[in-house]
Amino acid sequence: MTGPAQAGREVSRRRSRSAPGARSENRWGYLFLTPWFIGLVVLTAGPMLVSLYYSFTDFALLSEPSWIGTANYERMFTEDHRFWGSLGVTLRYVLIAVPLQLAFALLVAVALNRGLRGLSVYRALYYLPSLLAGSVAIAVLWRQVFGREGIVNVVLQFVGVSDPPSWIAEPDYALYTLILLRVWEFGSPMVIFLAGLRQIPAELYEASAIDGAGKVAQFFRITLPLLTPVVFLNVILQLIGAFQAFNSAYIISGGTGGPLDSTLFYTLYLYLEAFTNFRMGYASALAWVLVVIIAIFTALNFLASKYWVHYDDGDR
Amino acid sequence: MTATTTAPASRRGRRIVLQVVIGLGALAMVYPIVWMFAASLKDDSAIFSEVGLIPSAFDLANYVEGWNGLGEPFSTFFLNSFLIAGLAVCGNLISCSMAAYAFARLRFWASAFWFAVMLGTIMLPYHVTLIPQYTLFFELGWVNTYLPLIVPKLLATDAFFIFLFVQFIRGIPRELDQAAKIDGAGPGRIFLLIVLPLLRPALVTGAIFTFLWTYNDFLSQLIYISERRLYTIPLALRAFLDSSGHSAWGPMFAMSTLSLVPLIVIFILFQRQIVEGIATSGLKG
Repeated sequence: MTGPAQAGREVSRRRSRSAPGARSENRWGYLFLTPWFIGLVVLTAGPMLVSLYYSFTDFALLSEPSWIGTANYERMFTEDHRFWGSLGVTLRYVLIAVPLQLAFALLVAVALNRGLRGLSVYRALYYLPSLLAGSVAIAVLWRQVFGREGIVNVVLQFVGVSDPPSWIAEPDYALYTLILLRVWEFGSPMVIFLAGLRQIPAELYEASAIDGAGKVAQFFRITLPLLTPVVFLNVILQLIGAFQAFNSAYIISGGTGGPLDSTLFYTLYLYLEAFTNFRMGYASALAWVLVVIIAIFTALNFLASKYWVHYDDGDR
Repeated sequence: MTATTTAPASRRGRRIVLQVVIGLGALAMVYPIVWMFAASLKDDSAIFSEVGLIPSAFDLANYVEGWNGLGEPFSTFFLNSFLIAGLAVCGNLISCSMAAYAFARLRFWASAFWFAVMLGTIMLPYHVTLIPQYTLFFELGWVNTYLPLIVPKLLATDAFFIFLFVQFIRGIPRELDQAAKIDGAGPGRIFLLIVLPLLRPALVTGAIFTFLWTYNDFLSQLIYISERRLYTIPLALRAFLDSSGHSAWGPMFAMSTLSLVPLIVIFILFQRQIVEGIATSGLKG
């Protein structure tokens, strides 16, 4: 059916290329893209090059940047323990929060997909925290809930724990309150999982039920393999998002990354270097290292995906 | 025979258990938000002693105190946030739909190359452009104005929406364009009179997400806005937290609760679009 239409389109495309209209369409194309082109040059590509240049300079905003070669990078990798510390905090945050978040998202999505009554209400309630959790208001709430006199400790004292710590002020625990906040946002990957689950044909389950497969076997043999492209999408999206988390750490630590740098996210360290210490050259170097780290994680995921992601278009 | 009679009963039992577990889980998910709302109606001593939700006395004192707690009333901060978010929505819709129309419909030199460049910018972490953008806006004297928060939207820097709109325009039958072309309409008229009206569902999605992101955005507002009169809701809450410390949780919660109201209203009104936007294109919610 599409054959003739497509052929017709090809012909018309070839004809229009030599037609007088083609040149005006070229002009219209660039006209419509003008805002985007300006943005690309002035706000995206240009600044990328400039920040690459800054990363090789000593630059404090009010003075001209002065070229110092690779000194920023050398300092970062050899002397700066806060860089390594913030990298460690961020990696721990990402590697603990993202798998937990996706596990909850998948679990609840599968449960909700069982044809429960009131699905849309439940989906809304589970999703709502994702919508709100990025806000400063919720970070403020978290600060109280996990504070020394916070509601968590009121409950703990009620059940008999004497003198529970202030979770946000204790270096051993503070990061985990942020991880919990992230995991609480499992609603948006859940919504993506739900959409993916709906794509799985019901006949597959009916056929395997006739063959005697139980619910658990069905999950591992049918649901999970067919859902791997969606899992992959969620991993990429959440990974990139988690690496760039900022608001919660800033508010809960009062903009310091404390106690003892235990919540000093990489992005928070970058912010502090750039906008409170005004070491903009060094902060630019930090930004580029972050980009490289995120790129490596994303690339590793794409490479690994060949071994565990199943696409149903056969031989891939 | 026995298997067929017991199976439905046990299945029903399991379904009830599942329903109860899911229901309790849903309550646990929204409990912190509801608790904050309840706490905003209590006085400070009750916030720390009562785990339950029903305050012993309904008291709007926290709201009154919080509303004027920063010198400027919170209405100023709400208006500022709405102004920025509203202008960001307009900017994104205009600039991204224009670019999307060009990519989806017009044939121009090197279009495939530019399309690839556009896709490449979607996943780019904003940190690489953050500092040069700041120095640029600093040189222009735009720091402590809203221009750095709005002008980039007019220049289609949220490339994700271009992609979203391109996908949508590709689904609009070309025959409509062709017919208009035969009637003598140029690309400008086709865009305004045919594509844009049909693009409405995608524009609504773009508007909702731009609003949510801008309203919740903290970092760029933190960097660019320093004058209290110009504070947005996130900045006001942070300033409130800094100035009152641990002494005034009640007013703090009252204002935090209010700050969530626009988000919840939008969620209730546009739940379908939000869920679809996330499900079909991975927009972060």
